[in-house]
Amino acid sequence: MEPNPLPRLACPGVVAGSADRPVLVGSRCTCCGEIYFPAAQGCTRCCASEMTAHELGAEGRLWSWTIQGFQPKAPYAGGEAEHAFQPYGVGYVEMPSGVKVESRLTVADPERLEIGMPMRLTLIAYRQVAGEAPVHTYAFAPAA
Amino acid sequence: MNNDVAIIGIGLHPFGRTDGLSGQQQGAHAVREALKDAGVAWSQVGVAYGGSQDAGNADALGNLLGLTGVPFVNVANGCATGGSALASVIAAIQSGMAEIGVAVGFDKHPRGAFNPRPRDWGLEDWYGETGMMLTTQFFALKTRRYMFEHGITDDALVRVAQRAFRNGALTPHAWRRRELGYAEIAESMPVNLPLRKYMFCNPAEGGAALVLCSARHARKYTDRPIIVKAAVMRTRHHGSFEVFSPGLAAEQAPAPTVTASRAAFELAGVGPRDIGVIQLQDTDSGSELIHIAENGFCEHGEQAHLLRSGATEIGGRLPINTDGGCLANGEPVGASGLRQVIEVCAQLRGQAGQRQVPGRPRLGYTHVYGAPGVSAVCILQAG
Ligand SMILES: [Zn+2]
Repeated sequence: MEPNPLPRLACPGVVAGSADRPVLVGSRCTCCGEIYFPAAQGCTRCCASEMTAHELGAEGRLWSWTIQGFQPKAPYAGGEAEHAFQPYGVGYVEMPSGVKVESRLTVADPERLEIGMPMRLTLIAYRQVAGEAPVHTYAFAPAA
Repeated sequence: MNNDVAIIGIGLHPFGRTDGLSGQQQGAHAVREALKDAGVAWSQVGVAYGGSQDAGNADALGNLLGLTGVPFVNVANGCATGGSALASVIAAIQSGMAEIGVAVGFDKHPRGAFNPRPRDWGLEDWYGETGMMLTTQFFALKTRRYMFEHGITDDALVRVAQRAFRNGALTPHAWRRRELGYAEIAESMPVNLPLRKYMFCNPAEGGAALVLCSARHARKYTDRPIIVKAAVMRTRHHGSFEVFSPGLAAEQAPAPTVTASRAAFELAGVGPRDIGVIQLQDTDSGSELIHIAENGFCEHGEQAHLLRSGATEIGGRLPINTDGGCLANGEPVGASGLRQVIEVCAQLRGQAGQRQVPGRPRLGYTHVYGAPGVSAVCILQAG
């Protein structure tokens, strides 16, 4: 069976794989090995400028979290009416390399979020406006 | 020692909302107040540095103060604008470029949270579009992690805010002058948990200015000069946890606050225990909580006890944000750092009225921190 292709993404450069098995892509300094998300143009650790693409994987642990309680102003582009805004979770997820990735979370309930819990990468439609294709972004969900 | 620089005049345009006055007008008002305080005319000023984030160029104040030909340099350094202006004026006076200098900061922000543009920060549009480019989120994420690592509960966040509004109520020029109860803060609207409505400061308006001269000449102008023992600005290192970071390095590095603070103490030749009155950046309760330790005033995790014991109150061992800080005064970005210096000057002169720290403090400390990872620290001494 062919894997499902990636949907329309706000951030096509940072996600690879398929809709069912997305992975995050960053970069790695060819000089000192430091890993970056998203891909960096230069290494802020050793000041080198040669970088190669690097896959960060799809699993990690919740490193910190918050709930976005109010509708952000632009540049936020969720597109919903003010009364339709639903608070959403945002966190940092520590990947196996130790790099922490800032991400939308699929959960916005403080009772269900705890630092250290295992998380898995997924894709969510953060912008769903009538008459246009939904726009997706990467997000982390609690791993079952 | 004899190359020290002194503050001889302080001037403020009260922070808050002043409809009908531009940010520049509020900045010019602050300069006039500072000149009056120093007994100096604008025409005597030999160098000026200043800036705002949203209210235009500082050198346009010349149109309001007088076009005297003074070298007036515009500073644009975010939250460290005031601190950078001050450090620059000090360097200019120390170099012999001028005898008298002015540092000024002012601002007038639109209401509500700041809305930054990703490209201005070297970030791609998706970071903003998907709802992650908010300063309030960063403060919450950093605070949540810090509380987890050091065993601090929400109680400490409430106590920081409660003290800020208690001190604001004692400060005639503060914007928020109503004391808030514990429950009112603890149950206020969740903005970005663990941070709630009354744990955040608001963008605001205002102006702040200082007149400085070589400490050798200070007594010509005032009998209460304040000596600047250190004015240090530092930016972030690789690995520090800063605002607008879609990713964080595997290994964490100390914040720029830590490096600025250490450098300032070393330059001044004093330690945290010598300081009698303290101003720390408190854009939110969590930031102040973290900054108490990052500036060396306690060990990480000790804050909860300090706050509960009253040590950070005006009568305590470590009086912090005696004018209510950013929480009670709002944050006009360009002016905020100089407001802190002005408050510490007022305390060291013994002019702080109802909020005066008892026992004649001799050394004071100010600290700002802001995007994209800058910090400025001053250590001031009663002359
Ligand atoms: Zn490198």
